[in-house]
Amino acid sequence: MARRLAGFLVLLLVVSICEAAFLFQPISDSHRSTALELFTPDHGSFKSLEETYEALRTFQILGIEKKPDLTATACRSISETVGSSSSTAKDLFYALKANSIAECKIDKKASKGIISRLKAAVSGASSLLDFYYSVGGLVLIKDQSSEADVHLADAEGVFRSVKAFSQSDGRWRYSSNNPESSAFAAGIALETHAGIVSLASSEIDQSLISTLKNDIIKLFDSIEKYDDGALYFDDKLVDGHEYQGPVSTTSSVLRGLTAFAAVTAENLNLPGDKILGLAKFFLGIGVPGDAKDFFNQIDSLACLESNRVSIPLILSFPSTVLSLTRKDSLKVGVSTVLGSEVPSLTVKLVGAFSSGSKDASLVESQELNFDKTSGLHILNDLPKSIDVGSYTFVFEIVLHEPKHEEVYFKGSQTKVPISVTGLIKIENSEIAVLDSDLGSIESQKKLDLAGKNAISLSANHLQKLRLSFQLTTPRGRSFKPHQAFLKLRHESKVEHIFVVGNSGKQFEIVLNFLGLVEKFFYLSGKYDMELTVGDAAMENSLLVAIGHIELDLPEAPEKAPRPPPQPVDPYSRYGPKAEITHIFRAPEKRPPQELSLAFLGLTILPLLGFLIGLLRLGVNLKNFPTKPLPATFAVLFHVGIGAVLLLYVFFWVKLDLFQTLKILGFLGGILVFVGHRILSHLAAASAKLKSA
Amino acid sequence: MARTSSSKENAQALFHSLRSAYAATPVNLKIIDLYVGFAAFTALIQVVYMASVGSFPFNSFLSGVLSCVGTAVLAVCLRIQVNKENKEFKDLPPERAFADFVLCNLVLHLVIMNFLG
Repeated sequence: MARRLAGFLVLLLVVSICEAAFLFQPISDSHRSTALELFTPDHGSFKSLEETYEALRTFQILGIEKKPDLTATACRSISETVGSSSSTAKDLFYALKANSIAECKIDKKASKGIISRLKAAVSGASSLLDFYYSVGGLVLIKDQSSEADVHLADAEGVFRSVKAFSQSDGRWRYSSNNPESSAFAAGIALETHAGIVSLASSEIDQSLISTLKNDIIKLFDSIEKYDDGALYFDDKLVDGHEYQGPVSTTSSVLRGLTAFAAVTAENLNLPGDKILGLAKFFLGIGVPGDAKDFFNQIDSLACLESNRVSIPLILSFPSTVLSLTRKDSLKVGVSTVLGSEVPSLTVKLVGAFSSGSKDASLVESQELNFDKTSGLHILNDLPKSIDVGSYTFVFEIVLHEPKHEEVYFKGSQTKVPISVTGLIKIENSEIAVLDSDLGSIESQKKLDLAGKNAISLSANHLQKLRLSFQLTTPRGRSFKPHQAFLKLRHESKVEHIFVVGNSGKQFEIVLNFLGLVEKFFYLSGKYDMELTVGDAAMENSLLVAIGHIELDLPEAPEKAPRPPPQPVDPYSRYGPKAEITHIFRAPEKRPPQELSLAFLGLTILPLLGFLIGLLRLGVNLKNFPTKPLPATFAVLFHVGIGAVLLLYVFFWVKLDLFQTLKILGFLGGILVFVGHRILSHLAAASAKLKSA
Repeated sequence: MARTSSSKENAQALFHSLRSAYAATPVNLKIIDLYVGFAAFTALIQVVYMASVGSFPFNSFLSGVLSCVGTAVLAVCLRIQVNKENKEFKDLPPERAFADFVLCNLVLHLVIMNFLG
C-alpha cells in the first residue's frame, strides 16, 4: 500500500512539473529538525491533550525517538482525564488518541467507565462534533483495552443521524441549527462514519455506504486547484471562528477519506491524479512554521503513504542546472512522500526538448543507471546533442514488477526544466576604422576580449567603426547570447548603447558616424568603448573596456538637440546652499551737525529781523483793554494761542494725532469763546470810536 | 548817453516815489508786510539749506517751506481784508478778518506739525 501511494506521488510529481516547474521534495531531515523545534512543550507538558497527541503523532511519523519525560507527562495527563468523571467526550477522545501512541496502561475499571460514558454520549449526541468525539473515542478504546466487546447497539440509527447533517454538494453541517456547511466537517463526518461501520455489531446496509461514496465523489467536485497541479479543499470564509484554512480542511478530508477506505471493502474509484494533486499540495507547503499546519501536513502525508487507494511516487532532483565545463551528470531520486523506500524501478529519459520549441526530441529514449550507494538514478554523460541553453527533459518511471502497479501510482510522464551552462569561446575579435565610401581599412587592431585592452583609435564623421568577433559553444555550434552591447561613453558622461547583431557565429557591428552625428549630439572628443556579452547559460559572461576612440564631429548647428542633462550629484543639488547675508540699505548721508546748527541760527534771524522791524515801526500796546473783564479775555486769548502752539510742539515731540486732536478740540473751544468775546469787544470799541 | 541816463534817472525817480507812497500806508498794514517778509526770508533760508545738503528728509523740507509760504499767504489775505482802501471788504470788520487769520494759521500749523515727522 505504501508503495502504491509512493508510485502515485511520483506520478503526481511528474504531472505537476508538466504544468509548472515546481519541484516537490519529499520529507527530509529539515522537517525532523523543525519538528523538534516546533513541538517543544511548555514546562514539560503541552497546553492540551490535543497538542500532546499532535506532537506524539508527528514524532511517530517522522521516526523521531520518543523522549521518556514527554511520554511520562503525557501518561499523567491522560490518566487524569480518564479518571476524572467531569471530562467531556472531547477530552476523552484526545486522551485516548494520545494514548494510542504513548501506550500508557488504563485500568479495567477506568476503561469500563469510559466505555459507558461514551456510549451515553453517542445516544445523547445532537451535533456532528458530539458524534465524532464519542464514536471516535469508542473506536480507540476498543483497540486499546482488553474489552473485546465494544459495539454500537443501533449502528444504523447513528449512521443515519450523522448522514442527516450532509448537504447535497457533498459538504456537511455541524449541527441542525447551523446552516453553514464545510468540507472540514465533511472530513470529520467521514471519519465518524468509518468509526460507526467498524463498531457495528451487525452489517450496515450497503445502500447507505454507497450513498456515502456518492457524497465523496460530489465533495471531490468542489476541489480547488493551483497552477502547479496541487489540489486542495477550502471553505468559504464566512465566520472567522469556524474557518479552518486550506491545510486543515484538506487534511481533515484526507483523514476521513483514508479512514473510510480502510473500512469498506469496495473500491472508492477515486482517480489517481486527484490523490497525486493532494500529495502535491502537502509537499508544496515545504516546511511549515506553525505546529498545527506541520501536524496536518505530516499526518496527511502519512495517510497518503499508507492508504488503500494509491501510493504516489516522487521524482526529486538534487540539481537542475548542469555545467558542461564541470562535466556534471544528471541525477534523479525516486521516493515516497515521506521519503521511504520504493520498489525496484527504472527511470527512463524519454526525450529532451529545447525550451519553447516544439521540434522533435534531441535525445533518444534511454534508461538511467541506478547507483546503489547514493540511491540515485544517473545519466552519466550528457548527449552530444545537448548544448548550452535551457531544455525540458521528460522522464518516465517503469516499475519492475507488475503487481506493484496496483499499489503504487506512477502516472505518465514528468517534464522537468533543466539548464545547461558552459564556457563560450570568443575568437577572432577585432576592431577597425573604415573609410566610408570605399570601405578600406584605415586602422585595424586585434582585441583580446578575455584580458585587458587599451586600444586607442581616432575617427572623423566620414568614417565607420567596425567591431567583430565569433562566439562558439563547447559543442562547436553558434550561440546567440541574451546581451551583446557596445557602449560608447563621452567625457561628459553622455552614453550611447548599440546592439551587436550576428549571422551564425560571426558577430559584427558597424557604426557609420555620418548617420550618427545627430544622435551623438555633435559632441566631439574622447569616447570610452565598452563591450558586454552575457547570457544565463554562459559561464564566462563579460563586460570589458575595449579602449577609447577620438571622434571628430562637425559643429552643432543652431537647432541641434542638446545632450540630455546628466544626473547631478544629489548632494550638490539638494545640499545646503551658500549663506546669504542681508545687506541693509545704506543710511542717507546726513550733513555735519555744525552746518545744521548754523542754518538753525540763520533761520532764527528773520524772526529777529521781524521783531526789530516791529520796534522800529513803533508798535505799542495802547489798545489793550483796561477794564478787568475784557483784559482777562484778552490775556486768556493770548494764553490760549500760546497753549495751542505749545500743544503743537508736544505733538511733534511726543503725542500722536488723536491725542492732539482731543486736546486741541478742548483748547480750541475755549479759544473760540474767548476770542469771540475779546474781538467783539474790540470791534464795538472801534465802532463807537468811528461813530463818535 | 542821454537816454540811458534818463532811464536811470527814471528808475531812481520811480523808486523814490514808491518809497514815499509806501510811507503813507497805515502801520497795521506795514506790520503785516513785515510779517510776510519774515516768512519769505525763512522759506528762502530753508531752500538754501536744502540746496546745500540734499533733500533728505524731503517731508520735513516741504513742511517747513510750506508753513512759511502758507502763513505768508494767509497774511496777504488778512492785509487785503483789513485794507481800508479796498472797497470789496468794506463791511467786514477787521477783527473778524484777524480771527479768520488766527484760525487758519492754527489749522495750517497742525497739518505742518503732522507732516514734519
